[in-house]
Amino acid sequence: MKLPIYATPLERTWAWAYRAICGAIFVFLIAPILIIIPLSFNAEPYFTFTREMLTFDPAGYSSRWYDNLLTFGMIAPDAARDGNWWSDVWANASWVQAAKNSVIIGFFSTILATVLGTIAALGLSRPEMPYRKAIMAILISPMIVPIIITATGLFFFYSNPCAMFVGLGLDPACGRLAGTYLGVVLAHATLGIPFVIITVTATLLGFDRSLLRASASLGAGPVTTFFKVQLPLITPGVVSGALFAFVTSFDEVVVVLFIGSHEQQTIPRAMWNGIREQISPSILAVAAILVVVSIGLLTVVELLRRRSERMRGLSPA
Amino acid sequence: MADVTMDAPAARPELLRTADGMPLKAALAAASRRARIRAFLLVLPLLAFILITFVVPIGQMLSRSMINDQFSASMPAVGQWFADNPNAAPDEAAFAALASDLAGAAEARTIGEVGTRINYDVPGTRSLFTSTGRKAKTLAPPYRDALLAIDKDWDRPDLWATMRAASTPATTAFYQAALDRKLTPEGKYERADAGSRIYVTLFIRTFILSVVITGLCLLLGYPIAHLLAVLPLRHASLLMILVLLPFWTSLLVRTTSWMVLLQGQGVINNVLVSLGIIGDDGRLAMMYNQTGTIIAMTHILLPFMILPLYSVMKTIPPSYARAARSLGASSWTTFRRIYLPQTAPGIGAGGILVFILAVGYYITPALVGGADGTLISNQIAFHMQKSLNWSLAAALASMLLAAVLILYWAYDRLVGIDNMKLG
Repeated sequence: MKLPIYATPLERTWAWAYRAICGAIFVFLIAPILIIIPLSFNAEPYFTFTREMLTFDPAGYSSRWYDNLLTFGMIAPDAARDGNWWSDVWANASWVQAAKNSVIIGFFSTILATVLGTIAALGLSRPEMPYRKAIMAILISPMIVPIIITATGLFFFYSNPCAMFVGLGLDPACGRLAGTYLGVVLAHATLGIPFVIITVTATLLGFDRSLLRASASLGAGPVTTFFKVQLPLITPGVVSGALFAFVTSFDEVVVVLFIGSHEQQTIPRAMWNGIREQISPSILAVAAILVVVSIGLLTVVELLRRRSERMRGLSPA
Repeated sequence: MADVTMDAPAARPELLRTADGMPLKAALAAASRRARIRAFLLVLPLLAFILITFVVPIGQMLSRSMINDQFSASMPAVGQWFADNPNAAPDEAAFAALASDLAGAAEARTIGEVGTRINYDVPGTRSLFTSTGRKAKTLAPPYRDALLAIDKDWDRPDLWATMRAASTPATTAFYQAALDRKLTPEGKYERADAGSRIYVTLFIRTFILSVVITGLCLLLGYPIAHLLAVLPLRHASLLMILVLLPFWTSLLVRTTSWMVLLQGQGVINNVLVSLGIIGDDGRLAMMYNQTGTIIAMTHILLPFMILPLYSVMKTIPPSYARAARSLGASSWTTFRRIYLPQTAPGIGAGGILVFILAVGYYITPALVGGADGTLISNQIAFHMQKSLNWSLAAALASMLLAAVLILYWAYDRLVGIDNMKLG
């Protein structure tokens, strides 16, 4: 942003104004996310800064809402905080159960989306792939179709998945995926797949295909070539695709609302219910934890991206 | 190379052959076919997965908008009478058929479904069906007088017109309803009264709000993307993190933040009051209305505008602008005539992407939108979960989906789906 030597005074003023405008937009982008963190330590059940908080009086701050996250749903929240108390938290606290559900569902749907997505991306990135654009459009569509339409369609399908295969001689009432973990995992995998496809095909663009021929000429079969040569080089792309898929599942609420039962209470679903009924400061504590988690994820993705660029020689180390 | 050999057989009478004696051209064709099949087999598992768990279920859901047998499945005799007597007013035979169908449906416990279907078009008639169904077994001829004795609503022409429309499973009734058209007693569709044109109004509102949000995203995203593109890489990647952090933060977290900020007793109002800009009784209503939806959605969708703009601006060499300046153009002219046209692909890509995401948005409007800030998605959810008029929900959904797919196609033409980038 260096101004040329011939810049007029008006242009110099504009350059400063431009920086100020950009600064204001950055504040608009970031402030709403970061403001959650101090607010979640409010000692009072208000959603604004109290006088004590503004004067940095320790009495204005408290971790009671975080404590509330652990104790809510426990059998004996007031017992002494020993091993039994913690096992009570692990087994009964509502938010802990929600977190467990979110992690389990996120983990399995990420595995499914990443494996299927990576294999498909390998095919899509081959130059001889037929109908490439049309197939790509279908595979990316879960990202584009409005979530409410997806949720509605999946609701009918998962309520009675066998109805689709009546023509194949299957009993039309052979099972139900709505209200099961498997159903939510499959649905979340569907939503995560476009992200895996996009990141892995983008990584494969920078992959030197002559390495495959080199490997084959040295006697490696296609499987060995994939695991020893190709996969190590595209790992950054695969991992960031997997992270995208995980975040998609971890953040998803509408599909869970439609096809999950009370058993599949995830963090977003619990937050959604909390916000709709009576927004309590505990929600802010959850939100603050999620902000910290997303900062961590972003850091991992950013490091992966730099590593991948370094490997492709795009940027100096 | 093979073609050259083939085209000149006279000059070279011997065909080129591979080691096992196949003509080279055939061998190459077979090899390329094998390669194509191999590539396709890699994609096949995922394609099958997406088709079975995503494309077909959505197609089936949408077919509910045109096929609804809630009435026709349980009312065969009336359906037969309607088929035999097109354009006829209901006579004694029609009432006899109705009475026998009502008795049958009450027996099969499907009378509620039947009543619900008619209730979509003639509000308040569900109980007419269920209460008459309970007594239908005891009815005796003449049926017309017997039914009218139970409830004189059975003579209503609009009721009969609706039953006629519902007597075949294939119907356009739900699309007519989604376009705010209602059935007249003569069996024709006409526009509903101005006061009850809900859905067209809602589609227009969704469109306008999406345009406003896309415009705001462009307005806020353009300077940021430009700044990121011209700064040295080291500073730019630091600032890029500020753009990516919202992108990675949970949607519900961002919506919660805005609810906290925008509330009547929230941070923004408190700051404005303490600065004396507004009085304590004049707190701004920024939530549960369109303002809330616009502010929160602009914030949430802004990264989707900045990233495509940035990737286009990154490729624009600064020498064009310098050349324009050296030829005497002012900085404004340089921007307008040189820089802006070069960023057009980025504006198109970001604009379409943000617009696609905005028209189908559900969560944020549901939480901060209140009454006048909700979008078409919220109405679809209402019909799915509350009113249980699934066919109308499907009709609204297929209209929304059609709009989104047209935009998706435009995006593909403009950017190419395979050029989509994340982060």
